[in-house]
Amino acid sequence: MGTRDCNHICDESSPGIGEAGRTGEWRTLMPVIDDKKCTASKLNKPTCFLCWLYCPEAVITKGIPPLINLEYCKGCGICLQVCPVQAIVMIHEEKIAD
Amino acid sequence: MAIQRKANVHILDGNQAAAIAAMMSRVQVIAAYPITPQTPLTEQLSRYVEQGELQAEYVAVESEHSAMAVCTSASLVGARTFTATSSHGLAYMHEMLHWAAGARLPIVLACVNRAIGAPWNVLNDQQDSISQRDTGWIQIYCRNNQEIMDTIIQAYRIAEQVFVPVMVCYDGYILSHTEMPVDVPIQEEVDRYLPSYQPHTVLDPANPKNYNLVTLANPRVGVDGKLCHGYMELRYLLQEALQNSKEVIVKSGKEFNQLFGRDYANVFWEDRNEDAEITIVAMGSLAMEAIVAADMLREQGIKVGVLGLRVFRPFPKSEVVQALRKSKLIVVFDKNISYGSEGATCSEIKSALYGTYINAAIRNFIVGLGGRDIKARELVEATKKAIASLKETVVNPDYPEWICEI
Repeated sequence: MGTRDCNHICDESSPGIGEAGRTGEWRTLMPVIDDKKCTASKLNKPTCFLCWLYCPEAVITKGIPPLINLEYCKGCGICLQVCPVQAIVMIHEEKIAD
Repeated sequence: MAIQRKANVHILDGNQAAAIAAMMSRVQVIAAYPITPQTPLTEQLSRYVEQGELQAEYVAVESEHSAMAVCTSASLVGARTFTATSSHGLAYMHEMLHWAAGARLPIVLACVNRAIGAPWNVLNDQQDSISQRDTGWIQIYCRNNQEIMDTIIQAYRIAEQVFVPVMVCYDGYILSHTEMPVDVPIQEEVDRYLPSYQPHTVLDPANPKNYNLVTLANPRVGVDGKLCHGYMELRYLLQEALQNSKEVIVKSGKEFNQLFGRDYANVFWEDRNEDAEITIVAMGSLAMEAIVAADMLREQGIKVGVLGLRVFRPFPKSEVVQALRKSKLIVVFDKNISYGSEGATCSEIKSALYGTYINAAIRNFIVGLGGRDIKARELVEATKKAIASLKETVVNPDYPEWICEI
């Protein structure tokens, strides 16, 4: 079965989660949040959330602790850059596999 | 059977014929930037809109690039759109020409053929539209002002069926500024021929869609679980649409004849080609000059026919092979050149004949660049030169000859 069944005449898609595929596969560096340093987690109340605000892929939750959806996180590292308490580090994917 | 109808003949130049045809096609959005020799066409259309004769939005853009961007957006949301340009304007539009074809939008563009600089030149040749050959547009060339009017009307019928934009090309000044009798259809007839435009996509806030976003080479599964085209599949579909459009062009030409009594059920015009040993090939108004040249050669006992190319994209390969099957010599006159190679129509003819049983000699002449006048007697002399060259060799030369005084 080919792609004709989609009946699209030009490129067409519906907006939605994962519309561009599992973009997490693009990642070489994975962000890891240290809950001991994260302001929201440390104070146990909704505060800061700069990582949530700045994430260009909107894959970080505004929760306690903030959670990163690794299915779609491309590993750009913007969260690391904006975190005021350096609670986020980027780790090589292969190290995780080990 | 030709229909009997009352003629409504007006004396019009090519730009006036194009403006009337666009108006009668009930275009809804016009975006254009004036450029010689297209200017009177856009002026006329803006006058129609300003005077309330044409219910359309006339967008006076700041460039041809923007003109095609406006047409693309308007066409995507369901408006019948028209634009016109020439030469540098068409070159400036180049990027958006690809976009319009890739988005499969049935835009109609009148290209008033003009030379491209450097050096500056405002007169006619076909280098501008030939340079846009590979943008995915259908290209149809007109021989006279009647064909301009009829082809623009047909262009919407073709484009809106196959979802490929159509470039209607006609020679600057030779047609654009030269008055000829033109039979103008009545609006009711055009309305019957052209049903309202049904877009293939509808933008609806209640059902949001993305169109033509970053598309990777491979197919991918959409959010609804359907396997969607990758870039490669979409390019295939554009090529397939152009391949299939040949049939629609001929059918639309036939249907045009049924309503208006002028037959366009063809991809090229032929003149006395049935018994011809030598065929002259030309495109646009030059094909009319070639008929005069054929008259002169026939008087001298040389069996000459003419093939006047109308549809350049899609190129009608099998039809050309059929038409040239009896020719021993094919003389191709091009008002364009692919520098370092030869005239574009010559390359197409050679390509069509390769691998067939036809082994005619082909001679290519580059003529009429930058408005250089080309007379029938010069076509006659060139054809005789081509005949004489056969005594030396039937092998096709690598490069074309030029009719100029170098």
